[in-house]
Amino acid sequence: MIDAEFLINTLSLGSLYALLALGLVFVYGILKLVNFAYGEYIMVAGYGLFLLGSYTALPLWVIMILSVLLAAAVSYLTEIVAFRPVRTKSLTAMLITSFAISVLLQNAALLFVSPRSRAVRLPAAFSQSITVLGVTTPLRNVLTIVTAIVLLAGLTVLMKYTVLGIAMRAAADKFTTTRLMGVPANLVISVAFIISGFLAGVVAMFWIGRSSSVDPLIGFAPLLIAFIATVIGGMHSLAGAVAGGFVYGLLFNMLSILLPASVISYRDAFMFVIVILFLLLRPEGLIKGSYTEERVG
Amino acid sequence: MTFLLRFLTRVPGRLTVITFAVLLAVGAVLVNSSAPRVWIGIYTYFCVTLMLVLGLQMFMGNSGILNWTYVGFVGIGAYVSSILSVTPSVKALGVPNMYPALVELHLPVVPAILVGALVAAALAAAIAWPLMRLSDAVGVITLFAALIVMHVIMTQWDNVTNGPRTFFGVQEFTTIWIAVGGAIVTLIGAHMFRESSLGLRLRASRDDRFAAPAIGISVVRVRYLTFVLSSFVAGLGGGLWAHYITSFSPKSFYVAEMFVLMTMLVIGGAGSITGAALGSAVITILRQGLLQLESYLNNSGVISFEVYGLTELGMAFLLIVMLIWRPDGIIGGRELHLPFLRRRIAAADAAETAGPTDPI
Repeated sequence: MIDAEFLINTLSLGSLYALLALGLVFVYGILKLVNFAYGEYIMVAGYGLFLLGSYTALPLWVIMILSVLLAAAVSYLTEIVAFRPVRTKSLTAMLITSFAISVLLQNAALLFVSPRSRAVRLPAAFSQSITVLGVTTPLRNVLTIVTAIVLLAGLTVLMKYTVLGIAMRAAADKFTTTRLMGVPANLVISVAFIISGFLAGVVAMFWIGRSSSVDPLIGFAPLLIAFIATVIGGMHSLAGAVAGGFVYGLLFNMLSILLPASVISYRDAFMFVIVILFLLLRPEGLIKGSYTEERVG
Repeated sequence: MTFLLRFLTRVPGRLTVITFAVLLAVGAVLVNSSAPRVWIGIYTYFCVTLMLVLGLQMFMGNSGILNWTYVGFVGIGAYVSSILSVTPSVKALGVPNMYPALVELHLPVVPAILVGALVAAALAAAIAWPLMRLSDAVGVITLFAALIVMHVIMTQWDNVTNGPRTFFGVQEFTTIWIAVGGAIVTLIGAHMFRESSLGLRLRASRDDRFAAPAIGISVVRVRYLTFVLSSFVAGLGGGLWAHYITSFSPKSFYVAEMFVLMTMLVIGGAGSITGAALGSAVITILRQGLLQLESYLNNSGVISFEVYGLTELGMAFLLIVMLIWRPDGIIGGRELHLPFLRRRIAAADAAETAGPTDPI
């Protein structure tokens, strides 16, 4: 069961999920907001691919870059328009706002584009295969792993060695104290949303690359995966999110192989039972971060 | 007269809740006697929805925890009551894979709906205790995860629910009178609950999670009891809903439906009964208007493409605007009251305590 193919599949799935979870945690760390609209940034990037690909003659790689930037821009826009005004009110208001944004974006796509799925064109590299370690695998899988390594390295440098990164880590730890040190709150939160949207955009390229089509509800599945991965890994640290992504990728592939065919359709239920158990028994996740006890009783 | 006034205004919101109940009843009589059939249907649906929103308010409004699983319990009420009330021959036809023992089960509609509500409450009682310890973001994700687990089971367990396919053949039992009766009872029940000792303790735990235990409130206990109660109302409403709509599938009990219920509650004001009731009314009217517009646009051929999602788009937009402008909803956290009656009562009280005035 554990062979090179399994390894590559798991690594590429894990890389994708790690990026996905990381994007969610960037915002959660600072605002303590579980952003239900996160999946919709992926959808937005997908529609960017579709619209730019159908109505412009730009090269495909330019379209991809523009789509990723579009996701980051939409994420930033939702922060300015909707989250900033409710930020000081209550957490519940913010959660409902994020959900309303998700419904708004979904139905905007439904209304202004189409309820049916649309085919998108991606560079040929996304459909080619390659032989690594004696295993033939889609080149996409290798690209996912490479992208994840590059992005994780880049983000590590950003978070560890730049003033902005240090300010963001401080804000995730103690937001009020960080503000007292003179760090502008709006800037830190905006950057968190932009990075979150950017990561969603990058994930969108690979997620959509698998089916080469986009529909208004495409964001829901990755949102759920990001939830599971962050909870397993630890919602309070960036490293935890990455770890959670890889563990989820492994768990998912193992369950797919190990579960008998009759219960395979319940796989999602199993995953979410695991989530609930994690939240109850080990709410800090695999990697603890700045977790503080929030429960009662 | 003064006695009546005092009874109506003793508890905050009692007067407005009773006014709402009377309005509901009068509305039902008017709609039933003079309005077209479509309106009777809309009014019945509104009353059942109102019941569901009030059940949601019991837990979510008073505890401050976003209760995603609520709609799952509505689904359990709907499925259990329908499985019990549909005759074996229809079930054998509609749900080919159903367990033979379930096919044989048959009850009249009223006990079937009650059993549905009890099963929903029992399930809530079985799973909720550990979940009630969590608050804020973690609590929300847990309840969201629980909804997904319930949804997966509903779509996959085709020996019971007919899987993702439609479950049909349910008898149409919920008339406008039953629906309005259910809504009024729930309205008064939710109000009494809110003002009861349990409701007060729960609201205290919502307002300050750390001060409440300091005055002897067991936060997990009050949350747990309310969650079970709220799930019972969900199951009851689900049963009535199923016996109005007569055919449904698991996607009626998922995120999109929950969004409608939550919008109704939040727009009116989750903290109060009058808010929940007003929000349900406003959103029902808005939804009907947008749905009419949508079908008009699609059928008239004014525009060249099909319009989908306008209703949800409008609701989501309104919800965001409300959250920015008035995050506590139209009514806010406190019950609506009529100020002039208050003043009259206060004047009467003052006159009584002052006694006869001395002429000198």
